[in-house]
Amino acid sequence: MKINDFLQKIPHEVIAGQEFLDRKVKAGYCSDLLSRVMAHGPNNGVWITVQTHINIIAVATLLEISCIIIPENIPIDPSTVQKAIEEEIVLISTPLQAFELSGMLYEMGIGKQK
Amino acid sequence: MTQENSGDLVMTHVYKIEAGNFTIAGEAASNIKKLLRQLGIDANIIRRASIAAYEAEMNMVIHSVGGHLEIEITGGEIVLKAYDNGPGIEDVELAMEEGYSTATDSTRELGFGAGMGLPNIKRCSDQFHIQSEMGQGTYLEAKFVL
Repeated sequence: MKINDFLQKIPHEVIAGQEFLDRKVKAGYCSDLLSRVMAHGPNNGVWITVQTHINIIAVATLLEISCIIIPENIPIDPSTVQKAIEEEIVLISTPLQAFELSGMLYEMGIGKQK
Repeated sequence: MTQENSGDLVMTHVYKIEAGNFTIAGEAASNIKKLLRQLGIDANIIRRASIAAYEAEMNMVIHSVGGHLEIEITGGEIVLKAYDNGPGIEDVELAMEEGYSTATDSTRELGFGAGMGLPNIKRCSDQFHIQSEMGQGTYLEAKFVL
């Protein structure tokens, strides 16, 4: 599945990386503790987190995460957006809560097949 | 700083790590990753070395008074070294336990201090060594076989 495919089915705003929405998404992970993400965050995965500071971009870059989704319309630091643009990371904001969003993405097939 | 010796294929890069600067935290690890990619290193090794570099860098940003991250690439292995100028780890064995952290509340709010930094480095590397002395500093070495 591509980022574009699931975006069509959820309310969202693309904050950065509009030109990379055809990236493949194979799995998903949800955590706000960065070292947990470093340990378990999947390659080419979606990462859902309420952290919005600049360091999430470093984590996503190092793990080659396909896209970061920030739930509950949490405001994102401008420095984070700038860094996402520089590092070509797709950054998405949604009004959904992390639990709802995870359920929807899972239902669409993300992370179902290992 | 770069030293290259074409005979032994040795390359060393050293990155200065600033204590408490979360804005540029992760830059050294990102640069190491880019370097390994340019060298055409296997993707799985790049991932493991990048995770280790990130955790070592963050440990110094969060806990130390500042230090250096060094990467050495030879024909057979990648060696990641992290050395700082203190304050040192009181109980290294305890620090190696998953979930143990001495990070402050404000640092934890940012999602750091999960107590998984050192365990992550150990898990990702083929060989791991750490020594620390209070008042002196910490030296960490992680090796990745190519």
